[in-house]
Amino acid sequence: MKDLHDTARPWERPLLRSPFHPRMEALNRHSSWAPWSGWLSALDYGDTEMEVSAIRNTATLYDLSPMVKYRVAGPGAEAMLDRLTLRNVAKLKPGRVQYTGWCDDDGKLLDDGTLFRLGPEEFRLCCQERHLPWLLDSAIGFDVAVEEVTEEIAALSLQGPCSASVLRAAGFDIEALKPFQHDTQGGILISRTGFTGDLGYELWTGADAALPLWDRLMEAGAPWHLRPVGSTALDIARIEAGFIVAGTDFIPAEQALREDRVLSPLELGLGWMIDWEKGHFTGRRALAAEREGNTSRWALVGLEVEGNVAAEGAIVYRGKRREVGTVTSAIWSPTTKQSLALALVEAKHAASPDLWVEIYAMRELRYAKLMQRARPAPRPFFSPARRRATPPGAV
Amino acid sequence: MNAPAFPTAAPYDALIVGAGHNGLVTAAYLARAGMRVVAVEKNDWVGGAAVSRQLDDEVTYSNCSYVCSLFRPEIMRDLELPKHGLQILPYEAGAVLTEDGGFLAMSRDHEVQRREFARHSRRDAEAYDRYARDILRHCRFIRPMLMRTPADPVSLRPRDLGELAWMGRKVMELSERQISEMIRFWTMSISDYLDEYFEHPVIKAYLAVSAIIGTALGPMSPGSAYVLLHHYMGDVDGNVGAWGYARGGMGAITQALKASFEAAGGEVRTGKGVRRILVEGGRTTGVELEDGEVIRASRVISGMDAKRTFLGTMDEGDLPGEFVSAIRKFKTRGSSGKLNIALDAAPDFPALPEGAPMLRGDLHFTDSIERMERAYDDWKDGTFSADPFQDTMIPSMIDPTLAPPGKHFMSCFVQYAPPKIRGQAWSDADRDAFGETVIDQIARYSPGFRDRVRHVEVRTPRELEAEVGLTEGNIFQGELTFDQMLFNRPVPGWAQYRSPVEGLWMCGSSTHPGGGVMGAPGRNAAAEILRSAKMSRQDMREAYDVL
Repeated sequence: MKDLHDTARPWERPLLRSPFHPRMEALNRHSSWAPWSGWLSALDYGDTEMEVSAIRNTATLYDLSPMVKYRVAGPGAEAMLDRLTLRNVAKLKPGRVQYTGWCDDDGKLLDDGTLFRLGPEEFRLCCQERHLPWLLDSAIGFDVAVEEVTEEIAALSLQGPCSASVLRAAGFDIEALKPFQHDTQGGILISRTGFTGDLGYELWTGADAALPLWDRLMEAGAPWHLRPVGSTALDIARIEAGFIVAGTDFIPAEQALREDRVLSPLELGLGWMIDWEKGHFTGRRALAAEREGNTSRWALVGLEVEGNVAAEGAIVYRGKRREVGTVTSAIWSPTTKQSLALALVEAKHAASPDLWVEIYAMRELRYAKLMQRARPAPRPFFSPARRRATPPGAV
Repeated sequence: MNAPAFPTAAPYDALIVGAGHNGLVTAAYLARAGMRVVAVEKNDWVGGAAVSRQLDDEVTYSNCSYVCSLFRPEIMRDLELPKHGLQILPYEAGAVLTEDGGFLAMSRDHEVQRREFARHSRRDAEAYDRYARDILRHCRFIRPMLMRTPADPVSLRPRDLGELAWMGRKVMELSERQISEMIRFWTMSISDYLDEYFEHPVIKAYLAVSAIIGTALGPMSPGSAYVLLHHYMGDVDGNVGAWGYARGGMGAITQALKASFEAAGGEVRTGKGVRRILVEGGRTTGVELEDGEVIRASRVISGMDAKRTFLGTMDEGDLPGEFVSAIRKFKTRGSSGKLNIALDAAPDFPALPEGAPMLRGDLHFTDSIERMERAYDDWKDGTFSADPFQDTMIPSMIDPTLAPPGKHFMSCFVQYAPPKIRGQAWSDADRDAFGETVIDQIARYSPGFRDRVRHVEVRTPRELEAEVGLTEGNIFQGELTFDQMLFNRPVPGWAQYRSPVEGLWMCGSSTHPGGGVMGAPGRNAAAEILRSAKMSRQDMREAYDVL
């Protein structure tokens, strides 16, 4: 580990290597890497289409280790997190996970992430962005300790219709594990969570135990052609699942240079998270005013776009003329066989049946300029029954 | 060119006093607009505080200013400075060497920086992004004002009203919270401001530096936070807050300006100090040089600081008493000195890991804000700091034109050094003791340093005043405190580059937006002069928008 995490000379190797790096590197046929939160992360292992197909057909492994992780522990942990986040943490029992969000005092979203309750007084918060000063300030007045533990914990996401079968073959008992539950077996925490909107699990262990876990899964998964996937494939799956990403679909409130770029959870379609009855939480006053005054300016919407071209970065129009928003994420979805997009649209136009996107598709050095109809559609765009089936299917 | 029709008609439309960077910027814009322009310079070389001089056999120095970030890209574009040889080189890293033998490294790489901060404080590592965002927010508000003539807040002229309305709109775009933040930021000390974000003393010491450079304030003085902003206002290729070198030293900027000016038909006369700016009937008619020659011009534009212009080069009787009194009160207290050192070999700093990139950036030896403040205490006592603060760099690590391979130019910017030592003029002995103090400090971190020194140029405020012409050795031609900014720079009522004498203009860093080799005062002055002459500003394209 010393070699991977040598902090004394960071300039020699600016990006950290994941605890799984030796295995990933051996399989990354094109050396296709990209930075993720300061870590070297695989973009793909040689064939993104096959990787997306495997997410929906068999089983896949994705290295989650760069996900930022905080340990929040102490007698005041539940109260502190209840004050910090939008959902009711008192309802989060040990052994369960909440997908949640947290705001600044103005009710603008700082980040979203998953909150694991590991015990009565111990939690783990996993997210995209870094928040240590915010968390430490939020802990003032609570008997709680907050520490960043990203480098200590290795994590793999095992996703796909055969993921339960792979776990069984690897000797894990996951029959009773429901979505958003977790269980620890042999030092490995298994949660039924993921970013693909499919049947899937995430496995968490100490950085030192990372390689044996990888080998155990790859070996057990061989009959199901278990293969690693990179961020490009995962991004396609997460858009099909309708999930948002910090920095892509919203600007985290602490990072916005332009004051008007910040967004509230109500605007981002995360209003369902807010527990209005639980008492005070950070941003509540502003959010209540936004809800009561109906003052949301934006709405994050899912769009089904006509045609077969992804609408990346497109401007959204109403009636082909009036600019009303911007596409934040877009793909051609191989699973649903349509062009899908997430877009921030002015709230008053969000449900309009007359939305269009303007796509510039470069084809051999010339732009094909398309104005395509875009229909607001519920998210997830793709949600197979196997996602929730308990016990999970045995394919 | 034809001889003038009347012998009394001025042969020049504009005479620039002082061929520093701002003088040359104004000169080049006016020449391109079609004016007949001459720039006179007392030294045998051009450049003012942006010069490269070879005082050692082999090594070239940036003698005064030493880094470049603030110089406006619009000026480089308008005056075609890259075509005339100007190249800006970004630089890499930096470090604070600590008294206990450790270091804090700085890096252009976001993740390297975070991990290096985390080695000192995990909280501070994650606090830096928010700090950077907040500083950038303040920059985004101020930057569009740099390239505009400040509005006169009591004038009813349509242009002033328009400017005030523009500023008002900009303020209205801010949230109440941001307005509060801004007012706090403008008035706070950098020490208090950094305490709101960071906990580690070395991290705070590094970040405080920009708030005290060139300023007669300590890090605990209210108003120092704003000075930091001034240093973050620049960019290198859109990388806001980044700093770089001019290839060939800072003189490359003024050499390119001179070439651009001459290509537009301008004339530079060096070795021609101005004894007196001539005034007849409330209007300037030209200058009298120290050698007795009189040059007539219908406009005289001074690139010298306000005190040297109005108190040193004019008959004060030609000016309103109230104005003279205000100029006398304009604060120009010098606070810094400079050592330029030629080295036979790169210095060793055993605290730094071998091959580390920090020698390619700025080195500091002051590891706490308290030490900086104590250095300032010495200045208040009227002496140079016994334990000074240094912003030291080795530009030849990046720029191959400054020294032969293996040899180096080391630039040491040093604070604090007062304009006078306990009320007496600096003596040569004072200057030498100051130089020794600085070299001693470096040698404490770099054994064998003295043996590598080939040549040293020591510049105290005395030398800066005598050679560069900066009153009291103030590198910004007037302190950059908020009371002397915008429509109050240099003095209230005279912030639009004009003076009480008709035809006499100011274009130096004593005017808005101040110093730092920005060129903006020179460009803004040229814009005002052309506007008042009702001449086209077609070669002065719009300032870049802050998107």
